Amino acid sequence: MGKDAIRNQIRNLRFHHHEMTQQQLADRVGVTRQTIVAIEKGNYSPSLELAFRISRVFGKSIEEVFQYEDQP
Amino acid sequence: MSFQEKKIYVSIVSSILIFTLYTIYAVNNAAEGSITSASDFRFWGSFILVLLPVSIAAKIVIHIGFVIFNKIATNEDAPSFEDEFDKIVELKADRVSLYVFFFGFILSMVPLVTDLPTYYTFLALILFGFLSDLLGRIAQLYFYKKGV
Repeated sequence: MGKDAIRNQIRNLRFHHHEMTQQQLADRVGVTRQTIVAIEKGNYSPSLELAFRISRVFGKSIEEVFQYEDQP
Repeated sequence: MSFQEKKIYVSIVSSILIFTLYTIYAVNNAAEGSITSASDFRFWGSFILVLLPVSIAAKIVIHIGFVIFNKIATNEDAPSFEDEFDKIVELKADRVSLYVFFFGFILSMVPLVTDLPTYYTFLALILFGFLSDLLGRIAQLYFYKKGV
């Protein structure tokens, strides 16, 4: 799987949730800030469990936070 | 730069320093002819057996020093756990490390079946042991920066 195949809206969602910091999001989902940075940049596709935890923090469904793009 | 990346830089520098300083010390204190001897391998045995605990102890001390210095300089705490991203990065880096060591191990057998001096076997084992650690840490740094 290409690492750019999964895009996400985490940066936007953090901004619309009282400008939540990466560290605050990391603390709420139980990972390090480095992991949130990597996910936001599209450098790491999180596990399904972590994707659910992130989505729930923002009160969204997984597909509203993460989008899978078919590679040509 | 994240704490993990800084920790890896410190680990790389400390590995190079420890290995270089210990090698210089061991070679300077070696008995005459013990390094190149074709029948007495005590130098090489003691080199490896002493290097391991010395390296582990020195790395622990350097790591503690780094955590304290980093806390004073940046007020940043070391992460108290490893998450899924850390574990995947570590596994991939360990794979690189293992490939390098395995290649070195195979290469170290060459002097035993050719006319090359036998101490080349130990030299290759030690060198590739060091390189596998070093390249594993460099790979870890690469995966943290570029992603997995």
